Amino acid sequence: MHDDVIARLDADPRYHALVRRRSRLGWLLAVIILGAFTAFTLLMAFQKAWMASPIGAGVTSVGVPIGMGLILFAIMLTGLYVWRSNSVYDREMAQILAQAQAQSRAPA
Amino acid sequence: MRPPLFPMRVIAAALLIAPAPALADALTGSTQQQPTNWVAIGMFGLFVLLTLWITKAAAARTRTASDFYTAGGGITGFQNGLAMAGDYMSAASFLGISAQIFVDGYDGLIYSTGFLVGWPILLFLMAERLRNLGKYTFADVASYRFAQPPVRSFAAGSTLLVVSFYLIAQMVGAGQLIKLLFGLPYSYAVIVVGVLMMLYVLFGGMRATTWVQIIKAVMLLSGATFMAVSVLAQFGFSPEALFARAVEVKTGLAAADGANAADAAVKGRAIMGPGGFIKDPVSGLSLGLALIFGTAGLPHILMRFFTVPDAKEARKSVLWATTWIGYFYILIFIIGFGAIVLVATDSAYLDADGALRGGGNMAAMHLAHAIGGDLFLGFISAVAFATILAVVAGLTLSGASAVSHDLYATVVRRGAASSADELRVSRITTLALGTVAILLGIAFEKQNVAFMVSLAFALAASGNFPVLILSLLWKGCTTRGAAWGGAIGLLTAFALTVLSPAIWEKVLGLADAPFPYSSPALFSVPAGFLSIWLISLLDRGPRAAIDKAGYAAQRIRSETGVGAHAASDH
Repeated sequence: MHDDVIARLDADPRYHALVRRRSRLGWLLAVIILGAFTAFTLLMAFQKAWMASPIGAGVTSVGVPIGMGLILFAIMLTGLYVWRSNSVYDREMAQILAQAQAQSRAPA
Repeated sequence: MRPPLFPMRVIAAALLIAPAPALADALTGSTQQQPTNWVAIGMFGLFVLLTLWITKAAAARTRTASDFYTAGGGITGFQNGLAMAGDYMSAASFLGISAQIFVDGYDGLIYSTGFLVGWPILLFLMAERLRNLGKYTFADVASYRFAQPPVRSFAAGSTLLVVSFYLIAQMVGAGQLIKLLFGLPYSYAVIVVGVLMMLYVLFGGMRATTWVQIIKAVMLLSGATFMAVSVLAQFGFSPEALFARAVEVKTGLAAADGANAADAAVKGRAIMGPGGFIKDPVSGLSLGLALIFGTAGLPHILMRFFTVPDAKEARKSVLWATTWIGYFYILIFIIGFGAIVLVATDSAYLDADGALRGGGNMAAMHLAHAIGGDLFLGFISAVAFATILAVVAGLTLSGASAVSHDLYATVVRRGAASSADELRVSRITTLALGTVAILLGIAFEKQNVAFMVSLAFALAASGNFPVLILSLLWKGCTTRGAAWGGAIGLLTAFALTVLSPAIWEKVLGLADAPFPYSSPALFSVPAGFLSIWLISLLDRGPRAAIDKAGYAAQRIRSETGVGAHAASDH
């Protein structure tokens, strides 16, 4: 029965469109977070003085919000992907899947 | 005080960042036994009683292989996220990173960020596919459409290698830590950790292991939150005021060391910016790669994806894990600066030379005492030891699963083993692994095992990660490519680590390591990917055609969860 459902999904253009959207989001976010981490590493290596310079008149340096920001940014992107997948994509997937299963149970 | 050579610095970093008590000082065998700390021992005793009670409850519900390996698949995303975070928030991150911030300030942040970024990557590229295809071990996923024996053998071998190096480092760390924190002899700690870990895994399987990990994570997060809040409260909850006071303290210390006023001011300010950590971008990036992709290849982490019922919960697990780990690293940053302010100025915590009593990694421990006295110090010590215990239990379970599920049930019995047979082999393997871990832990007491955790990460990043990614996402990947290419990735990582300063100079005592960088990942991860790609491309055997033909169905299953192994815990 699984094989039949899989064949029906494979023939369904809506299925392929949905998976393409989801995996495009995944890759996009992966590239963004890797880019952010690489940029942070390069700042630590080559822009030490700028990272150490104080914000305004205090002692808190530019690097503190950047580092903390990277941690929060990673959590935010993770949240964005989970929210999109668990609500939007999963709902559409459930509809497509239910249809494929129903067709598979009712022989034409 | 600062190590003059850059490579040593990065090695220390690699260890501190890793989810293991690979405490740079503690592991070199330079720790001294402290006076016996009865409060800490009592607190730890309470933790042990609670966890054994949980194990007993879990044992009553551990009847099938599915219960043993994955808690019947009935863990929620929130619980699993805490357990995953527990695997990461190790004694090393807690003691090591806070100690690093205590010494260097801002530089400690690079550990935290590098360590965290692996989680989103794991989520974006693999989490739901893992859950949808896997049953008990990551080899289920890696070998899904391939001939079972070669790919399973590779995955089991790689799991055992990663787990062993990790386990030895943990055992040695436990022994050293207990000398420091409890004032008990080294071998006691190793035996206590080994025996308790065997009890959890043997009787309670994944259910007990997960709950031990969750309890420990909650204890550690609460303790660290209390410390950070107490520190900030002293500065009216103004981080700026905390940083300003820390700079003042560091300036004062530099001046007391004989620096003139201008130099002392520069040294004081230095804790607010990046220092000597990244001098060489190649090592920095290589280390980052090992951490990020190693996270996505660690067998005991990957196994956690099979404890939740479906892909939705698997995604939630990663979100919770990332949130807790990120929160924890922000706390550690505050704790490190708190230690500068409260510990570095109090002679009670310093020896005659002005160094920290008990070794460099004691900064957070002394801060705990400064904040909450003997009782809170006892609590934090017990948490640090519980941390190691929880991590070794997870590692042992993962190693036992590789032997019983991948080697015994699939390769030896060709899938004909019953659930009871498989369970019996897992338990025998658990006993064997526990015994070996205790013996090796004692044997390695005086050895420098500092390289072992970074080696485990590099192996996972260079072998398991490329095999998983290409088997999941590339149609052209074949049995031969996955098994041999993965093995080449592993070997490259291993060989380059032996040739790097961590082993060549520090362990073998030879001059000038042929491979100058601290982590092999920048070279060994591409080597793994390229080998799998090339071998698959050249593979024209009959099996290769079957492998490629199986891709379409595997892809749809991995994307939808059709036919996924369902939770049995209802």
